[in-house]
Amino acid sequence: MDRSRAVSFTLVALAGFGISGCGKQEPPAEAKQAAAAPGISELVVKIGHVAPLTGNIAHLGKDNENGARLAVEEINAKGVVIAGKKLKIELVGEDDQADPKTGTVVAQKLVDAKVNGVVGHLNSGTTIPASKIYADAGVPQISPSATNPTYTQQGFKTAFRVMANDVQQGKVLGNFVARNLGAKTVAIIDDRTAYGQGLADEVAKAAQAGGAKIVAREFTRNDATDFRAILTKIKGEKPDAVFYGGMDAQAGPMAKQMRQLGIKARFMSGDGACTPEFMKLAGEAAEGFYCTQAGLPLERMTDKTFADRYRKRFNAEVQIYSPYSYDAVGVLVDAMKRANSVDPAKYISELPKTSYSGLTGRVAFDEKGDVKNGAITLYETKQGKLNVLEVVGGSTDTPAAQAARK
Amino acid sequence: MGAVNLDILLQQILNGLVLGSVYALVALGYTMVYGVLGLINFAHGEVVMIGALSTLSVSRLLHNVFPGLPGPAVLLFSTLAAIPVCMLLGYAIERVAYRPLRRAPRLAPLITAIGVSILLQNVAMVVWGRGYHSFPAYVSTEPFQFFGATMTPVQVVIIAVAIAIMAGLMVLVHRTKLGRAMRATAENQSVAGLMGVDINAIISVTFVIGSALAAVAGVMVAANYSIAHYYMGFVLGLKAFTAAVLGGIGNLGGAMAGGLLLGIIESLGAGYVGDLTGGFLGSNYQDVFAFFVLIVVLVFRPSGLMGERVAERA
Repeated sequence: MDRSRAVSFTLVALAGFGISGCGKQEPPAEAKQAAAAPGISELVVKIGHVAPLTGNIAHLGKDNENGARLAVEEINAKGVVIAGKKLKIELVGEDDQADPKTGTVVAQKLVDAKVNGVVGHLNSGTTIPASKIYADAGVPQISPSATNPTYTQQGFKTAFRVMANDVQQGKVLGNFVARNLGAKTVAIIDDRTAYGQGLADEVAKAAQAGGAKIVAREFTRNDATDFRAILTKIKGEKPDAVFYGGMDAQAGPMAKQMRQLGIKARFMSGDGACTPEFMKLAGEAAEGFYCTQAGLPLERMTDKTFADRYRKRFNAEVQIYSPYSYDAVGVLVDAMKRANSVDPAKYISELPKTSYSGLTGRVAFDEKGDVKNGAITLYETKQGKLNVLEVVGGSTDTPAAQAARK
Repeated sequence: MGAVNLDILLQQILNGLVLGSVYALVALGYTMVYGVLGLINFAHGEVVMIGALSTLSVSRLLHNVFPGLPGPAVLLFSTLAAIPVCMLLGYAIERVAYRPLRRAPRLAPLITAIGVSILLQNVAMVVWGRGYHSFPAYVSTEPFQFFGATMTPVQVVIIAVAIAIMAGLMVLVHRTKLGRAMRATAENQSVAGLMGVDINAIISVTFVIGSALAAVAGVMVAANYSIAHYYMGFVLGLKAFTAAVLGGIGNLGGAMAGGLLLGIIESLGAGYVGDLTGGFLGSNYQDVFAFFVLIVVLVFRPSGLMGERVAERA
C-alpha cells in the first residue's frame, strides 16, 4: 500500500511539475476574446486530446497536440456561436505514453471529466483499446494518426479517423517496392506494435501480390536502439529491399546501422518514420529512403500558411500529423455547429454526414468512420530532403472534379 | 538456410561484444552501489542519459567556440566535462535520496530510486526537449572490413575503453587503500566504521565513481547509435541491471561477464532463434531468450554466475 501510494504521489508531483514546466507557452488567448464579445454568454466545451507526451515518440505526440491546440485557439479567436452562446473550447491534453494500458486509463479519465469529444490517440496500439471506452460512453473520437484498419472495423459509432488507413498505405508501399523498384526479394521488420505489425503485414501482402518474395521477417521493439543483430541476419539473406513498420526513432538509427553493416538494399518505411526527425537521425544514411504518409504533403494543403502559423506559435516544425489533428478539431466543431448542440448524444449523428473543408482537403466519412478518398503520399529522400514522388488518392480537388471522376 | 555462414556468425558475435561492453560498463555502476549499500540504484540509467546529453551540449559549445578542433578531441574534452557533472549528480542523489533513508526499511530507498529516476527524466525533458538529438560522428562511424565482418572505429573505441576502464576499476578496488575501504564497507558497515573507515565518504565515493562510469557509458551509447534522448537511460538501465544480476550483483567481475554475456546472447538470440526453431520462434523472442538464460542461471546459481552467497544481502 505504502509503496504504490508513494509511487503515485511521485508521479502526480512530477506530472504537475511537467505541466507547469510547459505551461509558460500558453498565451492568455481566451482572456482577450472574453473582452472582445462581452454581450454573449459563453458555452464551455471540453475537447480531449491524447498522445504520448513523454517517452520515445514524445516529439510526435507534441506535434499532434500542437495541431489541435492551434485549431482550438483559432476557433476561440474567431468566435463560433452555438445555441446562442459563444463557444469557448478548452483543450484537455493528456499523455498516454504510447502505452495501451495508460491509453485506456487516460481515456476513462477524459470520459469521467465529461469531455464533449476526443481528438486522438496518436498510436494505433493505444487508439484501439481506448476506442471501446469512448464508444461505451458515447463520446465521439477522431484519431488524426492511428492508421491501423481495426480501429474503425469494430463497429463503434464514435470512432472516426481523418487520414487513410494501413490497408491503403500498405498497398501503395507494397506495389511500389515490387513494381516500381523491381525488388525480387524483400525483408520486413516491425516493432510489434498494432501499427507497425499491421502495416508490415499489409506491405508484405501487397509486395507478394506484386511478385516479390519475403525472405526475412524480423522483429524489434518500439524502445530499441540496437538493430545490428536482426540486420546482420537480414544481410545474410541479401534482400533487394528492407521495409520497416514502426516509428522514426527506430528507423533513423536502423538506416545508419544498415549502412554500417554494408547492406545495400533499399530502405523503406511507413508514415511513422516519414518525418523530419527521421531525416535528422539517419543523417547521410537517409539518402535513397522511401516512405509514405497517410495524408497529403504540406505543400498540397489547402491553406499554405499553416506551417508558418504553426512555426510562429510553437517555435517548432510540423512533424507529420498536426494538420490532421488540426482538422479533427475542426470536424468536431463543425458537427456541433450543424447540430446546434455540444452534447455528444446530439451532435454525434451529424458526424457521419460531415463534409468539412479542412486543411487536408475535404473530409467526409464512409460508413465505418474512415475518411473517404484518403490520400497516400509517397516520398523519396534526396540530398537530405523528403521529396514527393507521387500522391495516390486524396480529395483536395473540388466537388465538381470528384463528381466527374465518378 | 542449412550451413551457418561464418561471416554472419562473426558479425553477430562482434555486435554482441559491442552491445555487451556498454551493458557491462553500466552494470558496474549498479553492482558497485549494490555491493556497498545493498541498494538497487534505479536512477543509474538516468545518470547515463545525463552524461550523454551533457556531453552533447558541451561538444556543441566547443564546436562553436573552436570550429577547427578535430572530432575525437571535441568528444574527449566534452566527455571530460560531462564526467564531473555526473559525479556531482551521483553525489547529490546519494546525499538527498538515499542517505536519509539508510536506516529505513529496504523498500523505501528503492522507491526514492524510482522517484529520482522519473525526476531526472522529466528534468532532462525540460532542459533538452522531447526530441531526439543526433549525436555528431566525432569518431568516424564509417565501417571497415574485419575478417569478413564490418566494424566501425567507434565500436573499436568502445570495446577498448570499456576494457581499460574495467581493468582500472579492478586495480582500484583490489589494490588500493580506497578499494580496501570500499570492500570493508561492503562487508560490514558498522565494523568498518569502528575500524576507522569513514563510511559516508566511502559511500559517496562509490556513487561518484559509478556515476563517472555512467557518463562514459552514456557517451559510448550516444556515439555508437548517433542518437541521444531524454529517455535513453531507461531501457539501457534495465538491461544493465539484468546483466548485473546475471553476473552476480555486487561482484565487479560478474557485472563485466554478465554484460558481455547478455550482449552476445541477445545478438545470437536475435540472429539464430528463428533458424534453430525452424521459424517457430522469431527475433521477437530475443528478449525472452535473454531472460530465459537469466532464469536458468539463477535456478542453478541463485546469486548469479560469479556472485558469492552473502547471507545478509539475500
